[in-house]
Amino acid sequence: MYAFDYHRPQTLRQAVNLIGRTEDSKVLAGGQTLIPTLKARLANPANLIDLGAVPELRAITQKGKSIVIGAMVRHAEVAESPLVKSAIPALADLAHLIGDPHVRNRGTIGGSVANNDPAADYPAACLAMNATIITTKRKIPVDQYFQGMFTTALEEGELISAVSFPIPSRAAYAKFRNPASRYALVGVFVAVKSGETRVAVTGASNGGVYRWTEAEAALKPRFSLAPIERLAKPPSTNMNSDIHASADYRAHLVYVMTKRAVAKALGR
Amino acid sequence: MPKISMTVNSKQVSATVEGRTLLVQLLRDTLRLTGTHVGCDTSQCGACVVHVDGEAVKSCTCLAASCEGAHVTTIEGLAQGGTLHPMQEAFREHHGLQCGYCTPGMIMAAVDLVNRKGFDLDEQLIRSELEGNICRCTGYHNIVKAIAAGAANMSAQPVARAAE
Ligand SMILES: Cc1cc2nc3c(=O)[nH]c(=O)nc-3n(C[C@H](O)[C@H](O)[C@H](O)COP(=O)(O)OP(=O)(O)OC[C@H]3O[C@@H](n4cnc5c(N)ncnc54)[C@H](O)[C@@H]3O)c2cc1C
Ligand code: FES
Ligand code: FES
Repeated sequence: MYAFDYHRPQTLRQAVNLIGRTEDSKVLAGGQTLIPTLKARLANPANLIDLGAVPELRAITQKGKSIVIGAMVRHAEVAESPLVKSAIPALADLAHLIGDPHVRNRGTIGGSVANNDPAADYPAACLAMNATIITTKRKIPVDQYFQGMFTTALEEGELISAVSFPIPSRAAYAKFRNPASRYALVGVFVAVKSGETRVAVTGASNGGVYRWTEAEAALKPRFSLAPIERLAKPPSTNMNSDIHASADYRAHLVYVMTKRAVAKALGR
Repeated sequence: MPKISMTVNSKQVSATVEGRTLLVQLLRDTLRLTGTHVGCDTSQCGACVVHVDGEAVKSCTCLAASCEGAHVTTIEGLAQGGTLHPMQEAFREHHGLQCGYCTPGMIMAAVDLVNRKGFDLDEQLIRSELEGNICRCTGYHNIVKAIAAGAANMSAQPVARAAE
């Protein structure tokens, strides 16, 4: 790891001020992506601003018909939260499937959504549930937020403060894990809200998380398994291909995981 | 350079570290608590697991400075005087180790598991909760047995839960 100056702000305001005042700074959340990146010398910030002591970013609350999760809420907290478990059990399930217990004790939703790894789980939940990414500057609708792998609408110095999830009437997540890394080889989140069905796919595409619009259209008249079973498998054209899975296999998994997610959302 | 203080195994410690110093480096190199091991150094294997404020954390993937004011427990903090912690005793009794390299992390993960899920742990739960801990020797079978037994023994001695 290259050396950097370490900062530990005690409030969100101090953190934002520090980012404004320092050159070439990066924020540290749970560190489960950033610390390995720093150790591999793939990043070399001059200043590291640790959000670990900032108290404002840690709450899970219900605001009207949405669940709002602070950026520094850890995966383990989402998995165990009574509020999340009762309002959006699929989101608690998803958090429980991330990495391993030790990763879940440190890693945060803000870090995951900021990083937008093409195999990460939370981006699929955000996209399927039509979440709003709340930052220190504005509120970003999710359809404008994810812009391809490791790319988001976040600007220089803009921090995620929370993610707001409208509570769906039905939702489920089906994940085919890479058995070694535990990231999603393919993960599919389906959510139904006010008659609209959204199907978000992570792990598969070389463009990062995306909506499978053909599946959404098929499910529009009626949310059931039959229309998915009749649907053609998605083409493998834009699918990732690596030592873990070929593009064809990933396309097949998108189909199978969508079926499983729909079945799960129907309680089967 | 950050000056930090924290409680390690119930003792107050202070040190001046570089921002980039990892918790495991502080524990092993500065405090000479070499029971915590570095297996992979890439956040995969769990040999470096310690408890920070009562939660299992990979100390190779955590900055020392991030633990300002925290209560840290390492494998050295489990035994009471000359008496092994019930989880350590269970690993000995059930032959839950061969070379022993993964063992400190396994035991810290196991005690964390008991703290979260209670004393009655079934095999499937133990196996799925061990996802973050890799062992190259044992094939896990005896580790799983040791954890189930250690958990049950901890219920008989509730004071022996990690001293966080
Ligand atoms: C062994 C292992 C297995 C894993 N398995 C999975 C898995 O199965 N699924 C999965 O989804 N992930 C997995 N992860 C990644 C894990 O979920 C990370 O916790 C997550 O990707 C990043 O969150 P973090 O809080 O650790 O962020 P950090 O590593 O601290 O930061 C990541 C990036 O986000 C930026 N950032 C952090 N917080 C904010 C904020 N509030 N606003 C703006 N930018 C911010 C940082 O500057 C940095 O660039 C795994 C990690 C490990 C080590
Ligand atoms: S040494 Fe920390 S996870 Fe392997
Ligand atoms: S006993 Fe050798 S690595 Fe586990």
